[in-house]
Amino acid sequence: MEKTQNNKAWFLVLPVLVVVAFSAVIPLMTVVNYSVNDTFGNNAFFWAGLEWFDEMVHSRRLHGALGRQALFSAIILAIEVPLGIFVALNMPKKGFWSSLVLVLMALPLLIPFNVVGTIWQIFGRTDIGLLGRGLKALGLDYNYTNDPLDAWITVIVMDVWHWTSLVALLCYAGLQSIPQAYYQAAKIDQASRWAVFRHIELPKMKGVLLIAVLLRFMDSFMIYTEPFVVTGGGPGNSTTFLSIDLVKMAVGQFDLGPAAAFSIMYFLVILLVSWVFYTVMTNIDRSQADIPEGM
Amino acid sequence: MLELQGVSRSVGGRVHVHPTSLTLQRGSMNVLLGPTLSGKTSLMRLMAGLDQPTTGRILWDGRDVTGQRVQDRGIAMVYQQFINYPGLSVYENIASPLRILRRPRDEIDRKVRETAEMLHLTPMLARKPLELSGGQQQRCALARALVKGAGLVLLDEPLANLDYKLREELRVEIPRIFEASGAIFVYATTEPEEALLLGGHTATLWQGRMTQFGPTPQVYRQPVDATTARVFSDPPMNFVAARKQGDAVTFGDSVLAAGSFADLPDGAYLAGFRANHLSLARHGPAAVAFACTLVGTEITGSETFVHVEHGADRWVGLVEGVHLLTPGQPLSVWLDPAHVYLFDASGRLAAPAAYAKAA
Amino acid sequence: MARITLQNLAHSYLPHPRSDADFALKRMDHVWQDGGAYALLGASGCGKTTLLNIISGLLTPSQGRVLFGDRDVTAAPTAERNIAQVFQFPVVYDTMTVRDNLAFPLRNRGKDAAYVKARVDRIARMIGMEAWLNRKAQGLTADAKQKISLGRGMVREDVNAILFDEPLTVIDPQMKWELRTQLKELHRQFGHTMIYVTHDQTEALTFAQQVVVMHEGRVVQMGTPEELFEKPAHSFVGYFIGSPGMNFLDAEELRGDQALLPGGEVVALGAHYPPVAGRVQIGIRPEHARLVASGGLPLTIRRIEDLGRHRLVRGEVAGRPLNVVMPEGMAVGGLPQVAFAPGKINVYADDWRVAPLEQGGG
Repeated sequence: MEKTQNNKAWFLVLPVLVVVAFSAVIPLMTVVNYSVNDTFGNNAFFWAGLEWFDEMVHSRRLHGALGRQALFSAIILAIEVPLGIFVALNMPKKGFWSSLVLVLMALPLLIPFNVVGTIWQIFGRTDIGLLGRGLKALGLDYNYTNDPLDAWITVIVMDVWHWTSLVALLCYAGLQSIPQAYYQAAKIDQASRWAVFRHIELPKMKGVLLIAVLLRFMDSFMIYTEPFVVTGGGPGNSTTFLSIDLVKMAVGQFDLGPAAAFSIMYFLVILLVSWVFYTVMTNIDRSQADIPEGM
Repeated sequence: MLELQGVSRSVGGRVHVHPTSLTLQRGSMNVLLGPTLSGKTSLMRLMAGLDQPTTGRILWDGRDVTGQRVQDRGIAMVYQQFINYPGLSVYENIASPLRILRRPRDEIDRKVRETAEMLHLTPMLARKPLELSGGQQQRCALARALVKGAGLVLLDEPLANLDYKLREELRVEIPRIFEASGAIFVYATTEPEEALLLGGHTATLWQGRMTQFGPTPQVYRQPVDATTARVFSDPPMNFVAARKQGDAVTFGDSVLAAGSFADLPDGAYLAGFRANHLSLARHGPAAVAFACTLVGTEITGSETFVHVEHGADRWVGLVEGVHLLTPGQPLSVWLDPAHVYLFDASGRLAAPAAYAKAA
Repeated sequence: MARITLQNLAHSYLPHPRSDADFALKRMDHVWQDGGAYALLGASGCGKTTLLNIISGLLTPSQGRVLFGDRDVTAAPTAERNIAQVFQFPVVYDTMTVRDNLAFPLRNRGKDAAYVKARVDRIARMIGMEAWLNRKAQGLTADAKQKISLGRGMVREDVNAILFDEPLTVIDPQMKWELRTQLKELHRQFGHTMIYVTHDQTEALTFAQQVVVMHEGRVVQMGTPEELFEKPAHSFVGYFIGSPGMNFLDAEELRGDQALLPGGEVVALGAHYPPVAGRVQIGIRPEHARLVASGGLPLTIRRIEDLGRHRLVRGEVAGRPLNVVMPEGMAVGGLPQVAFAPGKINVYADDWRVAPLEQGGG
């Protein structure tokens, strides 16, 4: 669509700016305020400069949480994106079955986060949970409350169960927009299944895939409720991700200054990584177009 | 009366429509003819008020409507895609613009039935648009555009998505519908034949510039420049370099008396002629021959398109009868100089074809 | 390359078709010669796409057989039929270069690199895309993309047939000329069997040596462009071919070489006809009718359209619409009657053409 050049249009944005100011900018500024001051309550603030930031940057505890967080996000992206694509490719394209599958796929997305946590918390219990008891019956030594590896596996499987549908549904929407003629042309050209995926399906899914990766990255990087309900961050600190740590610091220990500094850095990291993702993924396309072809 | 005064539009430094001045009279049929991306749709959007011009003014009956909202302008538009409300019956579709205007119930009923009758939709009033054929769906969209009695009806390639024969039928009906409506019709098309069938006035467009505006047969027979001639010829106009020296004009290997071109200054020209004026036999005392090579033929049933190469030029001829010829064979084609247009180095028309002056 | 035989072919989208009306494609027997250029012409919904899908292997017919040469391919999947197809909208692999697009069908068949290169270069030259070979297909214009689709269809030398499904739909009129000429040239050079599906009579007639006209699931005529124009076998062909189509006038009865119209007028047919039953009509092309001062039928002129190279006179004879095409430069005014070229009149009984008797025919 063509754009109309009209400077008066800015006035139309004004109400939104006001809303954003009250809902986002002002609360954010409060956090900034906390991050550069020390307070002992009673609204008495003492200028602390960048001290909290300095402390947080060098905090072992934060490094640990960040490392776990990065690993978690990397693992779930590595599983959910390919799995989501695979599921989308194998979903029925039309008719009754496609509607049924769509509804089933949407179900996990409709469940509140803490309920998901509770479901898996119970599901994995070795005394009453179906999964926990089942694994035990098979002779596997599974216990997510005291084995860090089991705790990680549980949290990851839970996230995959909860969110793969989102990736799959987005990809499915992308696939549905491919005209039938493309598949027919590929058959005539005797393209392999891989070539069909690589040259027809993947390019058409790229836009939605980019959105899926961004959404899943941001969501997983901010994950709180589900692992907190299942493991409470344990055993030890093994599943204490950034947001869990942050809440412990701010609400548990009431260290508002460091927590505020932490929040700001957390926010900047997510912003930075999302931007890098976006730039890289949109550039792949352009740079490919410029590579002279080597044959 | 719709007046565009020096209207132009650029987006992000790129010019979509160069400054255009154009006056469309009340109750006139106006065709915008040009290839894809020549600016037809952009110009229509400016007329409708969907886009604001970068420069210039738009007047409606002498009143400046440049900044006015589309909703307040009394405009109807029909697109290439068949745009109807799928959930409403044909009757309700046609009635919808009147319901928005909150007209009395009996007036709506009367107008819907009148318009449906005019577009041969009366038997389908109770049906849903998607149960109709493509031609009927587009009739329904046309009816919706016409029912509110808009002063300006914009049709953006309305027949492009229809089958050939349906297109032919609607083409015959559109002038009739137009005459009954009394509105200004603006009709965008890529096909010269469609412009000729619709008659009225034609504006030819090329790369965002209006090259000529006038009565359709006049633009066809007396194009002001080579670009207009090219846009308004299907099959494409044939061109060949020509030279005038004293009282002789040279086309490739033929020299002929300057005749009607005698008054032109000496120099290089571009000669243009239409496909149907080429002939395979000497068809008049003045006809000149060109030695060509046959590239291929296409038979339409009663006529043959002859594709030939004359030196570096590629020509198309349209000749009567069915001719089965072997590609690659040498072939003489004949041309009456009365059918030749001469364009100067800048592409402006230097001398019109003699036959066109008579017509 | 191969001859294509359709034996006793019919198709219905219903599982248990009962009547004739249930068939999208009614029974047909046809042989399409190796190396021929054929067009399937008809309005939307006439069954031409169904027939094309049966040939390409997308659909299995409910009855009958499809043979490529002597091989029965009725049940063979698309990939095994060794055909090429060009679709209505350009189908190109956006992520590949133009060269890779053209080379794709060959590489998938394991041809060696030198052959692929030679072949791709040759095709690129023919479709005029040499300068673009190393560019990405993404972002090219619709014309260019459709040329690539054409090129990909041509690149294999050994295909049994190349199918075109309204390939010029998205192309500007000016560019249609270029692509159509290229297509004819490619056909002449490589001699592939080509089947071209379209609703556009100009495209069908100019492209094909033999045009198959389809109407309501039935082949109503197969013939050369000239036959379809001069001797339409069915009134639908008369109407569908030509722009505008053939004029039809009801006739009371035939008397040897004359037709008697309901108003008592007599039209000379130029040939002798046997007596026929049913609804009798005479058909005359607008191109074969002329305005005359006298000696014809009285014509009420409704509208005259200047179409550049000729003028179209729309009028009525005895209340029936009748169109006349008058060549450019020929006077129209002051001619109140219309006359028909006698040898060019066709006679129809219940919509099917009646052949004139041999003796004394003109």
